[in-house]
Amino acid sequence: METARGLFGFIFDMDLLSTYGWRLLDGLRITLIVVGVSCGIGFVLAYPICRARMSRNIVLSNASLAYATLFRGTPLLCQLYLVYYGGGEIRPLLTSLGLWVFFREAFFCCILAFTLNTAAYQAEIMRGALQSVSKGQLEAAAALGLSKYRVARHVVWPQAFLVALRPLGNELVGIIKASALAAIVTLPDLMGQTRFIFARTFDFSVYLYAALIYLALTETIRRVWNAIERAFSRHLLIAVRVPEAARAPGGRVQGAKASGVVVTQSR
Amino acid sequence: MHSFNLLFGPNGWAGLLLQGAVVTLLLALATVPVGFGAGLALAVMKSSRSRAVRAFCDTYTTFFRGIPDLLALFIVYFGLQALLDRLGRLISPDLHLELNAFLAGVIALGAVTAAYSSEVWIGALQAVPPGQKEAALSLGLDRRRVFFLVLLPQLVRIALPGLGNVWTILLKDTSLISTLAVMDLLRAAAEASRNTTEPILFYSAAASVYLVFSIVSGLVQARLERRANRGYA
Repeated sequence: METARGLFGFIFDMDLLSTYGWRLLDGLRITLIVVGVSCGIGFVLAYPICRARMSRNIVLSNASLAYATLFRGTPLLCQLYLVYYGGGEIRPLLTSLGLWVFFREAFFCCILAFTLNTAAYQAEIMRGALQSVSKGQLEAAAALGLSKYRVARHVVWPQAFLVALRPLGNELVGIIKASALAAIVTLPDLMGQTRFIFARTFDFSVYLYAALIYLALTETIRRVWNAIERAFSRHLLIAVRVPEAARAPGGRVQGAKASGVVVTQSR
Repeated sequence: MHSFNLLFGPNGWAGLLLQGAVVTLLLALATVPVGFGAGLALAVMKSSRSRAVRAFCDTYTTFFRGIPDLLALFIVYFGLQALLDRLGRLISPDLHLELNAFLAGVIALGAVTAAYSSEVWIGALQAVPPGQKEAALSLGLDRRRVFFLVLLPQLVRIALPGLGNVWTILLKDTSLISTLAVMDLLRAAAEASRNTTEPILFYSAAASVYLVFSIVSGLVQARLERRANRGYA
């Protein structure tokens, strides 16, 4: 027991952790809140954006395309600066609209920027998934006389859901990783607290602790997601056996790119 | 008119932004051989016979893909500086080695890009039929030629779409370097907006330059893919 504790103390600086450990945990809490809220709202926003993109109305589809290009083609950090510092510039306007209380807080600025960003990515994922359902399925469903709602509910969505599941999981991991940017605009999230502790102690290992926490978080999600995917695709056992590499970008399954499913993502 | 003057007037900031844009582009371009090359090496080493080598590669990619890019850059950047500092003091007590910020940025971005691109390379390695290697070996080519003359050209073709994705990530990740000490496009915009208190103008300008970069990248990528796929109609 003593040796175990000695070994543990050798790898982890117990003094550092007992003094600043709660800061890391509090930072993790804020990271989780920011990620949860922006991913949730982003998911809800993504569906109408995706439908607009697929609509036959040229204005709608082009507006949606512009939105996607804008938010996927520029760095998230730039978008975050635009919201955070740009909000400060138009403060009188925001005050008169009663929105200043919102833009004053780095917390809400981060949520706004992350939400808009992830909505663009999630919309693309949904579009890829919906378009991956073959036309024959729709024709067959229509030939059976199913109503529009029933076709969506019983034919399209179940199949699209399976296709979207993995990229959506990647997007969640992506947002967790991107949320570290919040630290740059002074939000005390996990990364922000890490920087604070480093500034206090000049102890480099605090970055490694933060890395381990992030790693535990993303690895857990990855595993949970694999389990979910397995559970929902039991009826497609062959598909589950398709090696991981075949689904990776550049693998044999070229449809992944054509359908707009982005496999590795980051901002 | 006011905005126009702020950008292109006699004391306009367009020059600084342009310099920043060049630095951003150079940073990304300089990282490509480092990151993609190391990624390919990682991918090849993942099928090594040595268990230790495989374990190292797996740990490396899991680590760098699982933590925020910003944190990864910090770790490599500050870790590298600390290491050099220690090395310098080992040689002589008052020798202060310092790494050029741009170079440190390239190494840090390269470390992250290597992890992302190794996944792409692995997919490509598995997609080239094993018969290609066997046929090349039976023709009497040595291992180096088999790899560079037979396998690599096919790998590149298959990996191109995925590498294109990684390139877009890399292009945007260069903006994170602005939080360190490199005067890239985003830092130039930050500098300009601090001095003029007009952040909306300058960050929008920076965003549009990034947008142009991504759109041009997309076009170039489509061209490269068409070229690589000629003969595979």
